[in-house]
Amino acid sequence: MTDELPVRSTVTTQEQVIEERERERTFRAAPKLNKSPIHGLWALTNRDLVKWYKNPIQLFISLIQPVVWLGLFGKALNFGSFISSQPGITQAEINALNLQTFGTTSYFSFLAGGMLAFIILFTAAFAGMSVVWDRRFGFMNKALSTPVGRGAIVTGKVLQSVIRSLIQAAIVLGIAVVFGMDTTYFTPLSIAGSFVILFLMAFGLSSLFVMLALRSADWQTQMAMINLLNLPLLFASNAMLPISIMPGWLQGVVKFNPVSYANDAVRQMLLGSTTTLAPLWADFGVLALFAGLLSVLGIVLSWRFLSK
Amino acid sequence: MSQEAIVKVEGLTKVFGPLKAVDGVSFEVEEGEIFGFLGPNGAGKTTTINMLTTLLRASGGTAIIDGLDIHRHPNEVRRVVGVVPQEYTADEDLTGLQNILLCADLYGIPRDNSKPHAMELLRLVELEEAADRKVSTYSGGMRRRLELACGLINYPKLLFLDEPTLGLDVQTRTAVWKYIKMLKEEYRMTLFLTTHYLEEADSLCDRIAIIDHGHIVRIGSPTELKASIGGDIIVVGVAESEPDISTDIGKISLVKEVKKSDHEYRIKSEVGEETSIQVIDLVRSKGLHVTKISLTKPTLDEAYLEFTGSTIREEESNKQDAFKHRVTMMRARR
Repeated sequence: MTDELPVRSTVTTQEQVIEERERERTFRAAPKLNKSPIHGLWALTNRDLVKWYKNPIQLFISLIQPVVWLGLFGKALNFGSFISSQPGITQAEINALNLQTFGTTSYFSFLAGGMLAFIILFTAAFAGMSVVWDRRFGFMNKALSTPVGRGAIVTGKVLQSVIRSLIQAAIVLGIAVVFGMDTTYFTPLSIAGSFVILFLMAFGLSSLFVMLALRSADWQTQMAMINLLNLPLLFASNAMLPISIMPGWLQGVVKFNPVSYANDAVRQMLLGSTTTLAPLWADFGVLALFAGLLSVLGIVLSWRFLSK
Repeated sequence: MSQEAIVKVEGLTKVFGPLKAVDGVSFEVEEGEIFGFLGPNGAGKTTTINMLTTLLRASGGTAIIDGLDIHRHPNEVRRVVGVVPQEYTADEDLTGLQNILLCADLYGIPRDNSKPHAMELLRLVELEEAADRKVSTYSGGMRRRLELACGLINYPKLLFLDEPTLGLDVQTRTAVWKYIKMLKEEYRMTLFLTTHYLEEADSLCDRIAIIDHGHIVRIGSPTELKASIGGDIIVVGVAESEPDISTDIGKISLVKEVKKSDHEYRIKSEVGEETSIQVIDLVRSKGLHVTKISLTKPTLDEAYLEFTGSTIREEESNKQDAFKHRVTMMRARR
């Protein structure tokens, strides 16, 4: 092979060397490479997705989980029953009180709206774990020794988590409807809009958790971090209870939580909720900003911190 | 063209906090050779490889790989080198073929090329039959061969192998040696390997660098390294202890040192085969009887211990590396 290579010209700059290597590749019958910064992104995303859907137990658990949560929180922990169990109350009064408190006709519908963001939060929280595993088992080093973009490695982890969580959210929504969620306001547009909101939140949250795992090779630390962030993000939001019945200091915290804006937007679109935190356009704005900022930050940090 | 240096390292340094893991090493690897990197645990072998393969940023110094600067064009360097890391990096949940194709995608090799090439490589490492089996069902030897195939997917000019035979049985080790020789001879690839097994380095490598405490202590061909510790040892037994002919033996060309004890002469020579004949002739011409003769070639082990000392090294390790090592050994022995 090398015998017949054209005589090497006297090259001086690195750019000339790169060009020459490119010519040599053609000569050695090596293929033309895709050098775009996002090459390999789908391959990395797909790898994690294959691992997910080819593993029946994991797939089953992630599908059954939302059912359990909806059943437990929506039916057993029914805050709406405080209203309906008042002695001598009429159905019309119950509906009016529900509408006033939850912005919709039943607590279950209210909760189902929040459950969509809830499942996304819990899936996103574990997006960082697979970074930790890849580092532990050496796959990360393999990927880092190839010319794949460091940003693509991080974005692949985020994307697989986004796709998984959106599929789970769709299942939660289906089950909620079966269990009696109010569908009066469902239109193709309101459902599509809700999933755009959920996509933005999934992207932002997954980026956040992947970012926290960039340097970590220790799953205990990572688990502790997930628990530390998960529950406050959930409870200091309007996922389970309306803001109006929270103490004043908590209301302030809730307004800084992006999860609240996702719930607010989803409820406005799917349930026609009237007790809003912010106008719909503002919800979209907050989440787009959240997703944009965190994903850019994740990519920038990956250039610096993903290598050993 | 074949004698040109494909790797030029100058003053490469890596500092981890207070520890200088690699302390200004300089060497060259010629195109088409098998270059061995030997050294005790923690000497800086893997750190050097990690810097050359751009996994680790160097703290100082430079390296030019195939004309490309590792600092300025890490991505271009990644395209011309192949890496077979120490640990098993293949994804257990995917098949062998899926793993190689994933590697190809990460290099940006189009699928219409990578598919036939992946099958060709699997055939090369004799894994064709197992291509569609999950890696979790592979034996240690099969995993190692798969890692090798993955390292070759991007048509590298230079292949880095970090302890390619660690924990393997004799059969697999022999097979890996066979592939390494084939890559050099048939594909004219340059190979850069680290190993702990000295007989491996001796039989495979054209040149060897011995690294210790982050410094290169010796560099040369296995023969040169062995010769540099003093050469072959000939022991000649004689029937009568008188007369002493040590001085006469010392005059034979190539003899470096003669010691006499009761009925024996211990002779150090650069080329033992030639000297031993001359010694026998000399002893007989003096009217003495040779009762026995032995010729010992120095092994690379002796040369290695001479240069690095025989103290056992306690390697600094962290939880992550210890875990990886356990996994590697566990998988290799399957």
